[in-house]
Amino acid sequence: MKPNTPLERLFNGIVKENPTLVIVLGMCPTLAVTTSAMNGIGMGLSTTVVLSLSNLFISLLRKVIPDEIRIPSFIVIIASFVTIVDMLMKGFTPALYASLGIYIPLIVVNCIIFGRAEAYAYKNGPVASFFDGIGMGLGFTMSITVIGFIRELIGSGAIFGHQIGNLADYTPSIFVMAPGAFMVLAVLITIRAAIINNIEAKKGVRLPVTHTDESGAECSACAFRGNCAGKFQAVEEAQKEASKK
Amino acid sequence: MSNASLISIMLMAMLINNVVLSQFLGICPFLGVSKKVETASGMGAAVVFVITLASIICGVIYTFILKPLNLDYLNTIVFILVIASLVQFVEMFLKKSIPSLYKALGVYLPLITTNCAVLGAVLLNVQNGYNVIQGIVNGFATSVGFAISIVILAGLREKMQYNRIPKAVQGFPFTMFTASLMAIAFCGFSGLK
Repeated sequence: MKPNTPLERLFNGIVKENPTLVIVLGMCPTLAVTTSAMNGIGMGLSTTVVLSLSNLFISLLRKVIPDEIRIPSFIVIIASFVTIVDMLMKGFTPALYASLGIYIPLIVVNCIIFGRAEAYAYKNGPVASFFDGIGMGLGFTMSITVIGFIRELIGSGAIFGHQIGNLADYTPSIFVMAPGAFMVLAVLITIRAAIINNIEAKKGVRLPVTHTDESGAECSACAFRGNCAGKFQAVEEAQKEASKK
Repeated sequence: MSNASLISIMLMAMLINNVVLSQFLGICPFLGVSKKVETASGMGAAVVFVITLASIICGVIYTFILKPLNLDYLNTIVFILVIASLVQFVEMFLKKSIPSLYKALGVYLPLITTNCAVLGAVLLNVQNGYNVIQGIVNGFATSVGFAISIVILAGLREKMQYNRIPKAVQGFPFTMFTASLMAIAFCGFSGLK
């Protein structure tokens, strides 16, 4: 597929560089709001709106924003869109707003948005950036909806809020509580890693896996990858050097 | 809620509603900077420092500027800007005047701007209707809760560093499983309520 076309961007965000399952970004909302599939969709779509609009605006303004103050500028642009979404959701979907609670304003510090602004929108044209935002947002939405679906089904015996018979009497509610969130995501990523390892073994090639790679393990789980570019690793090494002396 | 005693706010924020293990704020540094106890405690200390300062400043700004002027809707924008500039400012200040502390905490400071635990703690202060003092106590306790859990996780990971782990589980999923078990343990604190 030709790079930087709208279709390629959508495919890239949803499959190739899926933010949750492949590059493991934006873990806080992923774990926090996935107690039900509906919450996952709500959170995912609001993030998609913020992500695509902030990408569009940052891309339009990329020649105006000086390099030194780009991070504060990104923060202001993203925070403005988050505030708009926050007010719209408060007005039009009060039930969803109540169940997502504090995680709506916290979209501001979602590393996916920041990472895409820095890594893509600041360097590419508005149309491609807009579709990059939509693709990444939809990838995020899909993965957190799946996680929400699994947790809701196992934990409270329901599908999209509809109880299945008296299944709820037998389900372990730990899956809708905090530990279940960690567990379900860990299992999903393990399955994905197992599939990739299998393909690698069959084809005899090494696919670019970020998070199972022992040396890259620290970076892949880190929020600052988007704007750190290995800086932290460098800092750690410098510290090691200093402590040797 | 706003007339809760300071002790109960502290216990709630530190153990019962632990910021990482039950509210999922600050997951990224929790997983990313927890390979060694030494780095984890540095990160924990830096977070305690910044969250406490941020809750003081944001509490004052909210109570004396935003609320009287009915500018509540600007909360998110104002707070994130305050936190970002605060982090920069603290970094410059420490570098100039307390170099020893800067050496210990300095490297973690730039990483904290995007830590959602900071913004989360400040926003929770407002949402729960805490006054400035309660907000500071809540912020401090939240950050201590963060420090406790990141140091415990780092200790566990250090111990398990040389264990034989199946290939697919290595790295990220393994840390998540560990965190899951820790979260089960922290569920026990809900009995304190």
